[in-house]
Amino acid sequence: MLRIQNLVKRYGHGEPVLRGLNLDVAGESVVSIIGASGAGKSTLLRCINRLVEPSEGSIELNGLELTTLKREELRKARRRIGMIFQGFNLVDRLTVMENVQCGRLGYIPYWRAALRKYPAEDIERAYHLMERVGIAHYANKRADALSGGERQRVGVVRALMQQPEILLADEPTASLDPVSSRQIMELLQNLSQELSLPVLINIHNVAEAREYTQRIVGMRFGKLIFDGAPADLDQEAMDAVYSGTPGEERQQADVGPAQAQAVVS
Amino acid sequence: MTLQTTTTVAERTWARYTPQQRWKRFATMLVVAAAVVWAVESIDIIWPWVWDAPAQVGDLFGRMVPPDVSNLQAILWALVETLNIATIATFVAVFVSLPIAYIAAQNTTPNRFTLWLGRFILVSSRSVNTLIWALLFVAIFGPGVLAGIIAIMFRSIGFLGKLLGEAIEEIDRRPVEALEATGASRAKVVLYAIVPQVIPTFFAVSVLRWDINLRESTVLGLVGAGGIGVILQGAIDTLAWQTVATILLAIIALVILGEALAAWLRKKVI
Amino acid sequence: MSGSAERGVPSSRRHWRKPPFIANPLLRWGLVVGVAIYAIWAISILPFDLDRISQGMTRAARIFSGAFPPNFDRYELLIDGFLESLQIAILATLLGLALSVPIAFMAARNIAAKPIYLIGRAIIILARSFHPVIVAILFVKAVGFGPVAGILTLTLYSIGFVAKMLAERIEEIDWGQVEALRASGTRYIGVLQFAVLPQIMPRQIGLGIYQLDSNLRASAVVGIVGAGGIGSTLMNAFGRYDYDFALAITLVIIGVILVSEAVSGRIRRNIG
Ligand SMILES: Nc1ncnc2c1ncn2[C@@H]1O[C@H](COP(=O)(O)OP(=O)(O)OP(=O)(O)O)[C@@H](O)[C@H]1O
Ligand SMILES: [Mg+2]
Repeated sequence: MLRIQNLVKRYGHGEPVLRGLNLDVAGESVVSIIGASGAGKSTLLRCINRLVEPSEGSIELNGLELTTLKREELRKARRRIGMIFQGFNLVDRLTVMENVQCGRLGYIPYWRAALRKYPAEDIERAYHLMERVGIAHYANKRADALSGGERQRVGVVRALMQQPEILLADEPTASLDPVSSRQIMELLQNLSQELSLPVLINIHNVAEAREYTQRIVGMRFGKLIFDGAPADLDQEAMDAVYSGTPGEERQQADVGPAQAQAVVS
Repeated sequence: MTLQTTTTVAERTWARYTPQQRWKRFATMLVVAAAVVWAVESIDIIWPWVWDAPAQVGDLFGRMVPPDVSNLQAILWALVETLNIATIATFVAVFVSLPIAYIAAQNTTPNRFTLWLGRFILVSSRSVNTLIWALLFVAIFGPGVLAGIIAIMFRSIGFLGKLLGEAIEEIDRRPVEALEATGASRAKVVLYAIVPQVIPTFFAVSVLRWDINLRESTVLGLVGAGGIGVILQGAIDTLAWQTVATILLAIIALVILGEALAAWLRKKVI
Repeated sequence: MSGSAERGVPSSRRHWRKPPFIANPLLRWGLVVGVAIYAIWAISILPFDLDRISQGMTRAARIFSGAFPPNFDRYELLIDGFLESLQIAILATLLGLALSVPIAFMAARNIAAKPIYLIGRAIIILARSFHPVIVAILFVKAVGFGPVAGILTLTLYSIGFVAKMLAERIEEIDWGQVEALRASGTRYIGVLQFAVLPQIMPRQIGLGIYQLDSNLRASAVVGIVGAGGIGSTLMNAFGRYDYDFALAITLVIIGVILVSEAVSGRIRRNIG
């Protein structure tokens, strides 16, 4: 259960990027976050594992308040939050197995990490997950020898190795071709059910969001302005989410949607 | 060629440089000429010696042939010693330079103080030449290989640390962020996200420095810090020019072999 | 495509080893053992004398206490030494730049005939093999102590670097211009002058500035064996145990090198 209340984030002394945002995610649901570029989607996800420090508000994960944690506590809390990146963010020169085991770094002692002597159950789990996503035969390949779709699978397995309580995915399919993109979305949906894991996905592809998620959240200008099932996301709601440009809006605080804009594919 | 037909006559006057460029070139020439005149005028040279120099140099070379190989064994042993100095010193310097590079890189240094400390160490190591370091360590430890090794080490740390630090500053930030997000400690993030990214540079720079150190080790002996320079100095002092010739040939062989090995390693590893 | 993971599924699933860097185990272990033996042997023959090191510590203390504070009283000697280093560097750079042009042409594969190419390369290799200090000590013996030996040394040193870089530049020039001139019946020298020289001039200027900086550094070192300049001043101070003056000289050398490095870097960046 993730509960975000009144979340505010401002970079430096500028206008807030997130302005009092509230969001609850319960159980094993897959939630898509849509919104125009600059709406603050990445900022929201990064506030949750505090790659970005929230300015105000509270974020609770299964009863643990995340915003006030100190260094060591934060490290422990981060182990429970898996993250998947648009650019995969793998370590290119390491093998797939090492990249996957990166997800366990928070748990194993330093000497094991240094000598690559991973615990047997971690290796078993890694093979299991890699087989599940279809990359087990690449275990000994270097990460930069893989295709984009395969690399993102490595990214997914790395996050799952953490045995996370929630998965955050920041545009996981934006660097992929349409086929791989759909495969990854399907994978995330299935994994969410198999592991009963809540998944938050930032996504620009509304069609995919509709198809693979049960709940869509629309962001605009640092606030949630839509929250509902894919069926509820009608043309009017789409216009509200995507019209205008957030940059302009930020400057002229309360101007309404200036120009209707084509839906982002 | 076709372009010319469309331009008018007035535009056809052509000068290679704009007036401003010409003026700049002229000023530069003037500065260079003035520097040369100053240097030639005021340098403390006895000109007859200069005119005599080619003859003297020729004479010196004349006395070197044929090379005298009776001391070959001692020379070869000195070569091995030179090689050892370069290798041991490079090896130690590589490891010492790692933490210094870490604190001298803007994105990994713990705080501002360590950043400046790191940079200070690198600059002082780099701007003092190996031979000057050697002078100092010979004065401290007495003549011998040890002074040579430490001198080469001190000079190499700055070189290696600077290049490694730059490599660290140029790494891809994204894997680092990803690993931080998994809850890995700082030390593990360094091990998994930073080390693999700088390893190629690490090897390339180490091999490069080893090659340079091999050359520098050949002259350490001239200030008493071990290696083949010691017997070279001895042979020169006793005017044994034919032995000098053998030593010089041996040095060429060592340096060329070293360069070839370095090139091979570079190709092999990276 | 049956991967290695599928082959030994039951047992290997709980174990994983990073694929070794060198696949052949014989070669790998041979290399490891070889390096280990070399390391042990090389360290074991080091004349490592604890006594001398502990003595060294007291000597170091004496040197450093003698060196602080640095003594700038004889600044005239220092300035003279520096000016001489500068003169040596300037003259050697110009001589080196001038001489390296014909040698670079000789050592460019695409311009020179085979035997001439080999001679050119040999000159460059020879000039690069010897550390300038070795060259300096020979020139000191041939032409006596003082700046002449320094100039000769650094000229050779400059040739080694500039001619090499320039030859590489000549090897990658644009052949279109050369052929255009050849087609119009220009003679060989004319081709070099009008088609090749303009293409390599910018490089030569950049190299010259870089080399002036290197020569200034090197002139501080070749002076140690008697080839004039600030290095000789430093060596004299060291020989007379004037450690405070030696430290002053060293500090000034460091300062000048940093400034010269910054200036030469700037100029080269501006030239582009
Ligand atoms: N590190 C930062 N420093 C300052 N401003 C930032 C920073 N990161 C993001 N911003 C600003 O915050 C706003 C929201 O950015 P964010 O990356 O969260 O948007 P987004 O919804 O993820 O957009 P996109 O769909 O393009 O990824 C933007 O206006 C951006 O300029
Ligand atoms: Mg984003």
